[in-house]
Amino acid sequence: MSLKGKDLLSLEELSTEDIELVLSTAQSLKEILARPIKKVPALRGKVVCTLFYEPSTRTRTSFELAAKYMSADTVSIATSTSAMQKGETLADTARNIEVMGTDVVIMRHSVSGACHFLAKVLDVPVINAGDGMHEHPTQGLLDIFTILEYKSRIKGLKVAILGDVLHSRVARSLTWGLRKLGAEVHIAGPATLIPPYAETLGVKVHSRPEGAIEGADVVYSLRLQLERQKSGLFPSKREYHDFFGLNRERLRLAKDDALVMHPGPMNRGIEISTDVADSPQSVILEQVTNGVAVRMAILYLILGGKE
Amino acid sequence: MMKKDLLIKGGRVVDPANSVDDVLDVLVSEGKIKTVGKGLNERGKGNNEVEVLDASGKIVMPGFIDMHVHLREPGFEQKEDIESGTRAAAMGGFTAVAAMPNTEPPCDDEATVRYVLDAARARGWVRVYPVGAVTKGRQGKELAEMGEMLEAGALAFSDDGSPVSTAEVLRCALLYVKSFGAVLIDHPEDLTLSEGGQMNQGPVSTVAGFRGIPDEAETVAVARDLLMAGLTGGKLHLTHLSTKGSLELVRWFRGRGVEVTIDVTPHHLILTDEIVKSSGYDTNTKVNPPLRSEEDVKALVEALKDGTIDAIASDHAPHHLDDKWVEFDFAPFGISGLETEVALIVDRFVVPGIISWSRLAELFSVNPARILGVPGGRISPGEAADITIIDPELEFAVDPRKFESKGKNTPFGGWRLTGAPWATIVGGEIKMKNRVLINRGN
Repeated sequence: MSLKGKDLLSLEELSTEDIELVLSTAQSLKEILARPIKKVPALRGKVVCTLFYEPSTRTRTSFELAAKYMSADTVSIATSTSAMQKGETLADTARNIEVMGTDVVIMRHSVSGACHFLAKVLDVPVINAGDGMHEHPTQGLLDIFTILEYKSRIKGLKVAILGDVLHSRVARSLTWGLRKLGAEVHIAGPATLIPPYAETLGVKVHSRPEGAIEGADVVYSLRLQLERQKSGLFPSKREYHDFFGLNRERLRLAKDDALVMHPGPMNRGIEISTDVADSPQSVILEQVTNGVAVRMAILYLILGGKE
Repeated sequence: MMKKDLLIKGGRVVDPANSVDDVLDVLVSEGKIKTVGKGLNERGKGNNEVEVLDASGKIVMPGFIDMHVHLREPGFEQKEDIESGTRAAAMGGFTAVAAMPNTEPPCDDEATVRYVLDAARARGWVRVYPVGAVTKGRQGKELAEMGEMLEAGALAFSDDGSPVSTAEVLRCALLYVKSFGAVLIDHPEDLTLSEGGQMNQGPVSTVAGFRGIPDEAETVAVARDLLMAGLTGGKLHLTHLSTKGSLELVRWFRGRGVEVTIDVTPHHLILTDEIVKSSGYDTNTKVNPPLRSEEDVKALVEALKDGTIDAIASDHAPHHLDDKWVEFDFAPFGISGLETEVALIVDRFVVPGIISWSRLAELFSVNPARILGVPGGRISPGEAADITIIDPELEFAVDPRKFESKGKNTPFGGWRLTGAPWATIVGGEIKMKNRVLINRGN
């Protein structure tokens, strides 16, 4: 049991069968997280390296815990892209890590395609933990895993993705994964934050959130990067919240049992109001728990599955 | 010592400027074309020895001129220098190149023009025509001393690498060069629209997660440039056009009497933005203007056929491997083009019959010579013997490692092409023959 490719770089490139394999593997591994002693020997002797050129709390911790629960050893390198630009190249840094015996490199990077580049540089597998505006495949998988837990199916669901889709690698990965499994994806946000040619992603585009939320099974709010305001893409946080934020009133347009999701970290009161984020419909913390299970599955399938 | 005469025998001479397309012999003496005719004798009239170049089965054309290359010297010799760049040119079938001024220091004064010419005389394999900067330091503010640069040997002016900064600077520059009859070459780009962009804006950039450079970043600038050409009557050449909209504007303005000439590159005629992603984000596909959509490529090919396009130029932009072996955003724009240019166009457009050999000669020789106002573009007695010979059947595999250029950055590595430059003759001297450079003299 293993994935078809060496690396996990994008959900666009991952086959439907491999997506399903990750999901089913995660399902069987999730119970480990509920054990009093959270440790299985599956990856004993393997070394997992996280190489983060962008700040991250959730994703890096999630990968490291996933590796530790499977008995792998972990090393983490965190640096800023600007520091790297001054000195060693990514290729050199990564080759150094590789020759020390690392079995897999998990990278986050601000440049789209950086993980594809790394996969060309390295012989060991590369897992994309988010590259620029391109993809964040493990986030997409954990989101789908979470939806599946609650809805027991993906096919035929209506999923609304709200906010800054233009800059969102989360939205791209989630969209590819959902579409491969047969969901209908609607996106909405100010037109300045909707990607040009968004229909290429196979989504229906709405200029206002209401149309996307109407009758949705899942309402997914994206993080608004506040520096976009400076680039003139939206005028103020207040106006953004008023017209595009996910609030109680808008959520009422969705199905009664619709799930509320967010990849974190949240800007409460901007893209999502606190009452919605903390409502019974919110599965935002469940996403985080599932992230560990899904990453255990991915590490297992990439590192251990062949034995 | 008398130079050997050279008899180019039995080739198909395609010389549209003289309305010639026939199997003919060309006799070269003292670096100049002496006679063009049938059955020329191998023995010269005087006592000169005659070297015979058997060109049967080959196409003999007036020397090709690439009017847009970056030789990188002075300042960026790790990427290219005048010797390596002109070796690449000779290998690629070019007898002359126009060298862009975005060097360090920029070629914005008489001294730098002279430096480039001196270096070309000492180390060059083909003719080098320096292009001077339009503005001092290519800063887009004050006009550079274009008159002095012309006297020193510059042939044209451009702030290439960047567009001429504003409509007003362009207006002044176009008016000013009218006094000298020189051409102004602009790289049309609205920098506010392209800022931060890594590739063409389109479906591929959306999926790949890149900030896109919209067609309009070029087209807006083309409109500005054409309006200023109309306003001033100055001589304008637009380089490396890449969009359908640009071509439509050129036709529209020409229809209203605005005179403008344009060139396009082989990569924009052949590749689309799809390759950025299908190559796994290969930085060798990163070029400015970016590789565009299928629709743009079709429009460019149509314009190649219908005569809208005057010239093909490589925008030869060599970079060191270190510069390109990085994340996509950090890599510089540019493709090393001199050594694939002619073979690509022959393989893709001449061999399949999309354009004729005669049109090829116009695009690579007749029109560049006319636009730059340099000799060449014809095989006429008395003219310098600058000749490009193409073997239409030569199988040519692109291997960047074997490039003469220091820049191995090409997205065409591994391509197999039919038809390639077979000989390059500059001033009667054979610089390249049968895909091998020949070092003699200079």
